[in-house]
Amino acid sequence: MFKPINLPAAEQRKTVLIRVEDREVHVSEGQTLAMALLGAGVVPFRRTAVSGAPRTPLCLMGVCFDCLVEVDGSQNVQSCLVEVREGMQVRLPSGARRAGDSA
Amino acid sequence: MSGPHELNEVDGTNTGANFTHDLVIIGSGPAGMSAAVMASACGLRAVVLDEQPRAGGQIYRNVTVAPPAVSSLLGPDYRHGATLAQRFAACGIEVHHDTLVWDVARDLTVTAQKSGRSFHVRAPQLLVASGAMERPSPLPGWTLPGVLNAGAAQIALKTAAQVPDGRVVLIGGGPLLLLVACQLLQAGARIAGIVETSAASNRVRAMHHVLGALGAPALLAKGLRMLWRLRRAGVPMFKQATEVRIEGVEGAENTDGKQRVQAVSFTTGGTTHRLEADVALLHHGVVPNTQISRLLRVDHTWSDAQLAWQAQVDAWGQTSLAGFRMAGDGAAIAGALAAEASGAIATIGAAVALGKLDTGRAQQLAAPWRARLARQTGIRPFLDALYRPPEWLTDCADETVVCRCEEVTAGRVREMARLGCEGPNQTKFFSRCGMGPCQGRMCGITVTQVLAKALNRTPAQVGAYRIRAPLKPVSLGSLAALGQLAAPAKPSSH
Repeated sequence: MFKPINLPAAEQRKTVLIRVEDREVHVSEGQTLAMALLGAGVVPFRRTAVSGAPRTPLCLMGVCFDCLVEVDGSQNVQSCLVEVREGMQVRLPSGARRAGDSA
Repeated sequence: MSGPHELNEVDGTNTGANFTHDLVIIGSGPAGMSAAVMASACGLRAVVLDEQPRAGGQIYRNVTVAPPAVSSLLGPDYRHGATLAQRFAACGIEVHHDTLVWDVARDLTVTAQKSGRSFHVRAPQLLVASGAMERPSPLPGWTLPGVLNAGAAQIALKTAAQVPDGRVVLIGGGPLLLLVACQLLQAGARIAGIVETSAASNRVRAMHHVLGALGAPALLAKGLRMLWRLRRAGVPMFKQATEVRIEGVEGAENTDGKQRVQAVSFTTGGTTHRLEADVALLHHGVVPNTQISRLLRVDHTWSDAQLAWQAQVDAWGQTSLAGFRMAGDGAAIAGALAAEASGAIATIGAAVALGKLDTGRAQQLAAPWRARLARQTGIRPFLDALYRPPEWLTDCADETVVCRCEEVTAGRVREMARLGCEGPNQTKFFSRCGMGPCQGRMCGITVTQVLAKALNRTPAQVGAYRIRAPLKPVSLGSLAALGQLAAPAKPSSH
């Protein structure tokens, strides 16, 4: 959904490897997870608990909560407020949790 | 909460022995950074808590580390932030980034979380510089993937040097809409159109305030220059659009390729248009982020000019709760340069209250900042009138989702008004509207306006959501770790 602008080679950042569901993705370091996912074409980020509707972030500044994903086992993390780290494991929430779902 | 870190009741005279600081500053945007610099100059023991990883707030987001190419693209207004950030970094005030404030008690005890652990800080003076957020733009299709706020596109540029891929349509009104369009254009994005929603009557209203605008010729010239650049680039521009609708295929059962924006349709001058789009960017101005002032139950007023709530503050940023001050766009929208001024002024007020400055010296110190504030606020009534969001947006159609989290429509809110609900806290109770993860940030202002209209009352009579802690979700583990703040190794920890 997003693409990098043309930056001089000297200003380009090195990449880190993260895993989104079962896919390995190389992303530039120093950016938020939400931006990394938008740049990697991850659509949607999640499906809502109420109707299962697909969502991607609206605000990228911590107020809309539409960028919630699971990061390294922690659920409902605002992906616009965490920076990508090497080896980060991301899962995309799908609908409401039911009793008995794994944590 | 009991245990070794339990805090005593304050006696109201602010002489408690368990203060960790003289002043707690929340936020490190222009108001918070300026406040810290002033606090240092006044010899206050202050601490800054900020949710973001680096100083700058949203307006100067990432300014300390942005690549030169990005910085030059964003222009001199952004680069001004680098100067302020340098003064902030050099001022020696204790700063905690990646730190989420999730509760503030009426005795001004602040509870925050950093690295998964919660802690308290407490001072006789609290300055909240929580800034602005973009006004929600509830229109059909605004929950579709591929719809973002225009400010979000700017954040993408600032923090990740990325721009929307494919055809971009911008919808709304305000200086930021044009600025983002110009920046995206320059950064190589493809602008398929700008759909301005400001009503024709706005121009007439704005003319009443034209004198204030003429006092800021540089800002007016900047606006005209942006329009000229967009016209010269051949960007299709549409004015006074109504019946704006973002088309896409919504719903759980669609295949992945269709779960996003496909087009933007609207009517202007009696003609219906349809622009194909891959990304739609919304902007209808910004509104104060009032979560903390609402949590603290201080007096607020509804601004008819800005169509937003404002915490009531005096000339020194003091709210109706002693010791609790607000500065910057979190108090009232006036822009980054005004925020820098009001942050300094509120800190001077705090220093007087703490007995570190006499009032004469305070007036003297504040005078240049007040002059700067006046220069920045003069043009506001003109801009507020010119870019007032249209009524079809603030009192949106029945089918439109207003609460994105719980997926409650405007029609449902009106239905509850007919059934006897008199305010947002009752509609919340009956429909969960405002009870999702965002805790009413995205729907509060809309629900208040829709209810006011339906009940034929003023927004002030209808009121706002009661905000409660935690301001954002925190884990039980974080609560369990609640302890005193460990001093960081370096004053400016990133």
